[in-house]
Amino acid sequence: MAVIGVLALQGDYEAHAAALERAGAGPREVRRAADLDGLDGLVIPGGESTSMLRLMEYYGLMPALRAFGASRPVFGTCAGAILLAAEVLNPPQPSLALMDMTVERNAYGRQLDSRVARIAGHELGGGEMEAVFIRAPIIRRAGDGCRVLATYQGNPVLVESDLHLAATFHPELAPDDRIHRRFLDKVRLVQEEARR
Amino acid sequence: MIYLDDAFRVKVGLAEMLKGGVIMDVTDARQAEIAEKAGACAVMALERVPADIRKEGGVARMAAISKIREIMKTVSIPVMAKVRIGHFAEAQVLEALEVDYIDESEVLTPADEEHHIWKRDFKVPFVCGCRNLGEALRRIAEGAAMIRTKGEAGTGNVVEAVRHMRTVMKEIRTLAVMRQDELLAEAKRLQAPLELVQFVHDNGRLPVPNFSAGGIATPADAALMRQLGAEAVFVGSGIFKSSDPERRARAIVKAATNYNDPKAVLEASEELGEAMPGLDVRTMSESEMLSTRGW
Repeated sequence: MAVIGVLALQGDYEAHAAALERAGAGPREVRRAADLDGLDGLVIPGGESTSMLRLMEYYGLMPALRAFGASRPVFGTCAGAILLAAEVLNPPQPSLALMDMTVERNAYGRQLDSRVARIAGHELGGGEMEAVFIRAPIIRRAGDGCRVLATYQGNPVLVESDLHLAATFHPELAPDDRIHRRFLDKVRLVQEEARR
Repeated sequence: MIYLDDAFRVKVGLAEMLKGGVIMDVTDARQAEIAEKAGACAVMALERVPADIRKEGGVARMAAISKIREIMKTVSIPVMAKVRIGHFAEAQVLEALEVDYIDESEVLTPADEEHHIWKRDFKVPFVCGCRNLGEALRRIAEGAAMIRTKGEAGTGNVVEAVRHMRTVMKEIRTLAVMRQDELLAEAKRLQAPLELVQFVHDNGRLPVPNFSAGGIATPADAALMRQLGAEAVFVGSGIFKSSDPERRARAIVKAATNYNDPKAVLEASEELGEAMPGLDVRTMSESEMLSTRGW
């Protein structure tokens, strides 16, 4: 069974741990660089990206997370997607820059613009996908290394690179675990390659 | 059921995002900036912090709109604001202003001594205080998407927060092991709707996140409340009434995240100056207590 870390600095990390368990992985909370040892992949949850950034700075986590992401899969939702992006807007802020994309924070507006959407056309297979957007960001640019797996109102909302996966919404708050399974598939591929 | 519809899930969704974090009371844009820089996951805009409301007396109302607007412009994290219990027109104004969360708060002077706001009519989410499970479930029935167990705000004394968190958690545990045929009598005792009593019985938790507010002044206070079951903490006077707001804000953020790691809480507690002056809740008269407001 794949052991997947969930960055537990702030945010809905417990919801991610529960979703990972449903999808058949063993979640483990990560608060320090040493907690990354032995993990097959990492989830960066939803929450406030500024809070997470501050805590990453307090505990010197940025270099450790970048090094982890250089060879192992990372899945970010909402704030997690913001932290994965190469470039962040509104306002500009530091990030892990593990995916070649530009993300604009709070791009739909404030909480009153949060919503649950149903997305029919996507690359995951199966029927409609439920997307919970909470003060969500918008991916303004997905670079050459990124594949768009789902869009909403013309903007990419689920994007993957060879290693990583980013959603601007919260699959961890929906009963559907297809996206977490997609991430675990990526983890399995990396494990198999390492074995070869 | 209310807690399953999309509108309610979106309200609870934002509360989910605030878990593990610290929500800080601020009275102006400068304080909001300090809070955001320290790692606050949200700020609560209000006219005066509870310690000053307590000292100055008079009627405490919703904050000035210009102040709230200025705070919303300054920070990128969610901005909450307080309204008086039952004052749905203040809430309508804050919804029109597009704040991210409304706190129907006992810290302000109640505008209605019998009714709370019917929060389901609003698109903006609400947080409400409680002292016990019955009060929590009545607020959720009205539409609250987040609960905070009440401490005694503005005292720097965590004792009431502990009392009420222990009460709520104990009542949840008790309910979870009851027989099905005991639930209606328990609903009657709690003065809460059966549907919500049933949810707590089946799931062993509230249908919305449960945070702690009132009396938290130190990193150890934050760690204590998190270990007792609070999923995040609100800090009011504790930060901007201390001798070193920036460092204290940072220290409480660190302690809320690492609440289960005493060495990290120790590290966060070092180099701190004076905490806010505290009040002994036992010497206060009933009329001075804020946490008893709410029905």
